[in-house]
Amino acid sequence: MNWQSPSEFFAMGGHALYVWGSYGLTALLMVVEPWLAMRRRQRALHDAGLAEVWKEPGQ
Amino acid sequence: MRLYNFAAPSRFYALTGLLNPWLWLVTAAFAVAGLYMGFMIAPVDATQGNAYRIIFIHVPAAWMSMVLYLAMAFWAAIGWAFRARMASMLARALAPTGAMFTFVALWTGALWGKPAWGAWWVWDARLTSELILLFLYLGYIALVEAIDDPRRADQAGALLSVVGAVNIPVIYFSVRWWNTLHQGASISMTSAPKMATTMLIAMLLMTLSFWAYSFAVVFMRTRAVVIERERHTAWVAELVREGKGGRA
Repeated sequence: MNWQSPSEFFAMGGHALYVWGSYGLTALLMVVEPWLAMRRRQRALHDAGLAEVWKEPGQ
Repeated sequence: MRLYNFAAPSRFYALTGLLNPWLWLVTAAFAVAGLYMGFMIAPVDATQGNAYRIIFIHVPAAWMSMVLYLAMAFWAAIGWAFRARMASMLARALAPTGAMFTFVALWTGALWGKPAWGAWWVWDARLTSELILLFLYLGYIALVEAIDDPRRADQAGALLSVVGAVNIPVIYFSVRWWNTLHQGASISMTSAPKMATTMLIAMLLMTLSFWAYSFAVVFMRTRAVVIERERHTAWVAELVREGKGGRA
């Protein structure tokens, strides 16, 4: 095991800023990107539904 | 069942809807395994200390930034040459994910460069060509979004992405062609890896996770693009009437 204590783990031997700065931003982007893609599909389905409603009176 | 059936947007939508939960599961499983290997098993580096652990996301992200660009240029070209709608939609959906990984490669590179070289950034061949890759992605996105007619936008995007593909070998071989601060290839087909086995395994596990992530998120976005472009078709109308867009 590399670490004697949680605080040692988070300190990363004095390189905490670099290591957690890298992993933190990467994790954030990899959560935000799928969330945006999901919202985009929901919005597209919503808009397709509106297009469908507008067609109705003509039928 | 014929494989080219999946070139139909409705089939693609249905298939990827079934596939995606599994892709997310694979993404998470490999990430957990890779992070465990990278932080708990792989030893501290003798010269770089713990800062080297950035490699487990830096190298996979840099690989994905190049692979996704080639995939984008490939599908854009196929869509252009054969008027294949689904291929053009895939190309569009690949760009933001490629840009994201390019940014991650640059960001983690800066945070690794500071403790390793003493500089966040240097204008060397590897870093500069990777920055150009980011601009190519952003340029592609801006271009296709600026043109209203989707078919014409796809064609313009295809031209830009195919021409820009020359940058990929430049990035890859930059460490060999020029004198650079950046270290050479981490893995080579012709020589034994220069890393400890546990480090190598951690990096490969993270790479598999990033691959699965890329498939999953690109499929998600492609499904959104499919609905946007096919909204006047009967199958989308039916999908909406059923009150469900299928699974995410």
